[in-house]
Amino acid sequence: MSKRTVNFKIYRYDPDRDEKPYMQDISIDLEPSDKKLLDALVRLKSKDDSLSFRRSCREGVCGSDAMNINGKNGLACLTSLDGVENIVLRPLPGLPVIRDLVVDMTQFFKQYHSIKPYLVNNEPAPERERLQSPEEREELNGLYECILCACCSTSCPSFWWNPDKFVGPAGLLAAYRFIADTRDQATTERLDNLEDPYRLFRCHSIMNCVDVCPKGLNPTRAIGKIKDMMVARAV
Amino acid sequence: MVKRIVVGAHYGLRDWMGQRATAIFMVIYTVLFALNALMLPEMSHEAWSGMFKGGFFGFLTFLFFLALFYHAWIGVRDIFMDYIKPTGIRLALHVVVLFLLVGYAGWAAQILWRL
Repeated sequence: MSKRTVNFKIYRYDPDRDEKPYMQDISIDLEPSDKKLLDALVRLKSKDDSLSFRRSCREGVCGSDAMNINGKNGLACLTSLDGVENIVLRPLPGLPVIRDLVVDMTQFFKQYHSIKPYLVNNEPAPERERLQSPEEREELNGLYECILCACCSTSCPSFWWNPDKFVGPAGLLAAYRFIADTRDQATTERLDNLEDPYRLFRCHSIMNCVDVCPKGLNPTRAIGKIKDMMVARAV
Repeated sequence: MVKRIVVGAHYGLRDWMGQRATAIFMVIYTVLFALNALMLPEMSHEAWSGMFKGGFFGFLTFLFFLALFYHAWIGVRDIFMDYIKPTGIRLALHVVVLFLLVGYAGWAAQILWRL
């Protein structure tokens, strides 16, 4: 079998050495075992070890290797190389670049922490567990699976313009995960926390987040449900 | 004032609902407007202005303008929130737009009621 070559155009920036970012052209011959983009990146790094990117589990669970692939955010480890010849890689848009494809996610996690991503329940814990009916548990499907890769929030123009004030799709999906949880007792506080023109209502439902989510989740629907709950308590 | 990020204005829901309510009203009005205009006996200035003169349709037209201005206020404020970062300039622009829209509403009333 002939070797397959993939041509990369990669965003490179080392603040210690480069005056400004540039796009590097580099090609690599794939081995038959190279199935996903991450495999090719690991091979690239063995050729040029100055290339920086995050990776960990290499199977779409840790969310480390999120990047902008041919103009669309995604996980390198889940992106197939089948039939692909040219790939343009950039860091996630809208976040400060630390080096090459590595971005500073502080702002993203700040927003995530701001929605208190943990169960608030002041009753003494029962001996075994806090029970839910299957229907109540069903509501959490499509919410808890988020791996916080930041693909969604960094594809959202509202998050680009107001990353310090708008919670972003990932944070709001997590917010609804706890608002929807029948074991949580802080629903009112959570809704109060989000009733704000910036924190929640910067979302104009353009669904970029849904388009890019590597886990197939739907933050727009979760945001809509938060709004529905706010309407239900207001009217 | 210390430089800290402040959020928590506790509004947004009312505007979000208002934007949707006014949008629905404007769609309905647009259909009524098109039907009314198509059913005019002749395309003359008298027939045209008669369509808005007093009565229920004139009232709906005024409501349409109010809906349009409220809708525009929320939309324009959203744009300022995204693109105008200094608070002072944003506040000044808000005031200018509000005054303009209130003025337009008065103007629309004057035009409709003098017909």
